[in-house]
Amino acid sequence: MPKKRGADIVIDVLLEEGVDTVFGLPGGAIMEVYDALFDAPLRNILARHEQAAAHMADGYARATGRVGVVMATSGPGATNLVTGLATAHMDSVPLVAITGQVPRNYIGTDAFQEADVVGITRPITKHNFLVTDIKDLALILREAFYIARTGRPGPVLVDIPKDITQQEYNYKMPTEKDVQDALPGYKPHYEGNPIQIKKAAELIRKAKRPVLYVGGGVIIGNASEELRELAELTRIPVTTTNMGKGAFDENHPLALHMLGMHGTYYANMAVYHSDLLIAVGARFDDRVTGKIDEFAPEAKIIHIDIDPASISKNIHVDVPIVGDVKNVLQKLLKELKKKPVEWVKARESWLKQIEKWKEKHPLTYQKSDKIIKPQYVIEEIYNITKGEAIISAGVGQHQMWAAMFYKYKYPRQFLNSGGLGTMGYGFPAAVGAKLGRPDKTVFAIEGDGSFVMNMQDVITAVQYRLPIKIAIINNEFLGMVRQWQQLFYDSRYSSVCLAVHPDFVKLAEAMGAVGLRATKPSEVREVLQKAMEINDRPVIMDFVVDREENVLPMVPAGKSYREMIVSPKQKGEAETMYLVG
Amino acid sequence: MTENIKTVKVRPQPKSETGKHIIIVRVQHNFGVLTRITSLFAGRGYNIESLTVGKTHEPNVARITIVVEGNERVVEQIIKQLRKLIETLRVRDITTVPHIERELALIKVHAGEEKARDEIMRLVNIFRAKVVDVSVDTYTIEITGDSEKLEAFINLLKPFGLKDIARTGVLALTRESAKEGLQEHKVE
Repeated sequence: MPKKRGADIVIDVLLEEGVDTVFGLPGGAIMEVYDALFDAPLRNILARHEQAAAHMADGYARATGRVGVVMATSGPGATNLVTGLATAHMDSVPLVAITGQVPRNYIGTDAFQEADVVGITRPITKHNFLVTDIKDLALILREAFYIARTGRPGPVLVDIPKDITQQEYNYKMPTEKDVQDALPGYKPHYEGNPIQIKKAAELIRKAKRPVLYVGGGVIIGNASEELRELAELTRIPVTTTNMGKGAFDENHPLALHMLGMHGTYYANMAVYHSDLLIAVGARFDDRVTGKIDEFAPEAKIIHIDIDPASISKNIHVDVPIVGDVKNVLQKLLKELKKKPVEWVKARESWLKQIEKWKEKHPLTYQKSDKIIKPQYVIEEIYNITKGEAIISAGVGQHQMWAAMFYKYKYPRQFLNSGGLGTMGYGFPAAVGAKLGRPDKTVFAIEGDGSFVMNMQDVITAVQYRLPIKIAIINNEFLGMVRQWQQLFYDSRYSSVCLAVHPDFVKLAEAMGAVGLRATKPSEVREVLQKAMEINDRPVIMDFVVDREENVLPMVPAGKSYREMIVSPKQKGEAETMYLVG
Repeated sequence: MTENIKTVKVRPQPKSETGKHIIIVRVQHNFGVLTRITSLFAGRGYNIESLTVGKTHEPNVARITIVVEGNERVVEQIIKQLRKLIETLRVRDITTVPHIERELALIKVHAGEEKARDEIMRLVNIFRAKVVDVSVDTYTIEITGDSEKLEAFINLLKPFGLKDIARTGVLALTRESAKEGLQEHKVE
C-alpha cells in the first residue's frame, strides 16, 4: 500500500464509515484535509458559521439516524462548535467533529489560532481525542464513529494537529474488531435483565392507572413499532416528552401528547394520578417532572434506558431495566403475551377518566380573525403539509407551539434542542435535515429572536438550492422570557423587546431567498401556499403574530403539576394561576 | 379523582445515608484520563476528599483511589458517571468490604527546645513514625497508616507548631480473604 497523507487517511475513514456529506468551513489548521476533500467522492456543505455547521450535522443526524460529521479549523473554528456539540450531547445525537489543531511543536505556545479544544469540549462530548501520532489516526477516527453511534449516542471530537494531516504514513484500515479491542472499557449494555423484565410485566398486569412516559430514546433506538404494539396490547395511554415527539402517532386514540411544563392538561393529570409509570428512553428531566417530590406521587416506576447513569439520577425507580429500548420492549411484549390479557378490561374506567380530562381542557387557544395567533400558523402548517413534513424548531415559545399544535406521526419528524435549549438551532438543523431527507418537506419554525441567531446561513441554503420553508413566528419579543416576566416578574419587560428587526422579506431577497409576509389571519394560508410552490431556494415567511400570546398550559418551574396554569383568565396577572380540578 | 389534587402527596424516597466512600477506578492510562475524572467531579459538583493515582502491574492501566463524602444516592451516581467514561475499565466501591487503607504523610514540626524534641520523639515512637530530617529547630516526620491514625498524630503535634504537611491521600486494596464478598454497585 502506498504511503498516504494524514489528510487522505481522514477522507478514507469517512468513506469507510459511509459518510457522503460533511458540514464545515476550512481554515489554516484543517486546510490539508480540505485539500484531500477537493477530489474526494463526498460533499462538503460550506456553512457560513461553524455553529450553524454543527447544527446542520446535528439536524442531518436526527433526521436520518446516521452519524453527522462536522469539520472546523483550530481555535475560533473549533470554539464556534461548542454550542453545537453541547446541544448534540444533551440530546444524544451521534456526531463526529473533526477539528484542525496547530502543529504539534506549536501546541502549548499560544500559537496563532491555538485553543485547548480537547479541554474545552471534554464535558460536552461523549468522548474526545487529540491525535498525537499518525499511527493512531485511522484507529482514533474509527473509534470516534463507533463511540458516537453505539450505546447512548453522542458527539465525539477528534482534534488533529496540522503536521499530522501533512505527514505521510503507510497505514491499514482498522477493522471493527481493532476498534473494540482499543476500547476495552466501553461495553454498552443492550440486553435487558430478564428478571427485571418479568417484574415489569407483573407490575403492568396489576396496574389500574398506568401511563407510558416516552422519551427520545424510543426514536434513537428505532423502537416506535414495539411501543405502539405495547400500548395497544395493554391499552396504556402514551405521553411523550418534547424529545419523544413522533415516537408515537399523536393522532392515535391512546396519545396523551406532551407532558411536563408545557404538557397537556390531560397528560399531566394522567401522570399525576397514575399508579404505574413506565418510562421508556426518557430521563426525568426537570422540565418534565416539575417539583420532583410531587411527581407522580402514587406511581410505581419502571424505567427502561440504555444509560445506567440515567436511572435513579433524578428520581428513585422501582424497576430499572438497562438496555436497548427496542430489545427490552420486544422481550417485555413476549413476556406479557405469555398469559392471557383479560386484565386489560380493567383499564377502561381509567381511559374513560382520561377522556373526561381531554374534554375538560383540550389543547386549544383563543382564536381570532383580526390578529394572527401563533398557534393558528402552526395548525395551518400542519394542514398544508398534511402532517407529513419534518419540522425543525428553535427555542422559545414558537418551539412549544410547534410541539403542541403540529401532530407528529413518525419518528425523526420533529427536531429541536430539547435538552440544552439552544436558540438558533432550528434553521441550520433544517438545512441538515433537508440534505439528509431531500424527499421530505422541511419546515424551520423559528422565533424572531431564535432565527436571527443563525440567519447568516440562509446564504448556505441558497447556495445549495435547498427549498426550506422558514416560518418566523414574529412577536418582536424574546417571547418565552417575556412570558415569564409577565407571570413571575410583575410584567417588567426587561431587555426582551425586539422591535428593531431587519425587514425579513427584504433580507430574504437580499440573500437570494424568497420573502413573504402575513400580518392578518386571512393571509396565512396564502403565504403558506406560495411558499409550498417554491422548490429551488429557501423561503422566509414573516408571520406577524399576537405579541403577548402565552404558551399554556404551564407548570411553573420547580412547581408541582397541581399548580398548573391552564388558561389565561386575566392577562398579565400572576394571580391568574389557579389549581386545576 | 380531581378533588384530591388539592391535598399534597409526596413520593416516598428511600433512605440514603451519608458517609465516607472509597472508590477504586481502573482506567486506561491514556493522556488526559485523570483530567476527565477530576473535571467530572468538578462539573457535577461532587466533592473529592482525596484522590491518588498510580501505575499498576498491567501495562497501560492506572489505578485511581478516590475518597468521597456523600449520601448513597450521590455516590451511586458518581460511580455510574465514572463507569460512563470511555476509558474506565472498572469501578468498585470498597467501603463495605474488608480492605487495607493507607496514607503517608510528611510532617514538618517546630522542635526547638529540648523538652519539645523529647516529647515529639515519644509520640513518634508510639505511632511508629520515623524522623526523616532534623534541623536546629524542626523535625520532619514520616508516618503511614489509615486516615484516622494520621489525623490523631497530626492533632497531637499541633501544640508544637506545624510548619508544613504533605499527604499522599488514601490508597486502598481489598483483603484477599474477602475477595468473594466484593460488593459492586450494580444498577440492576
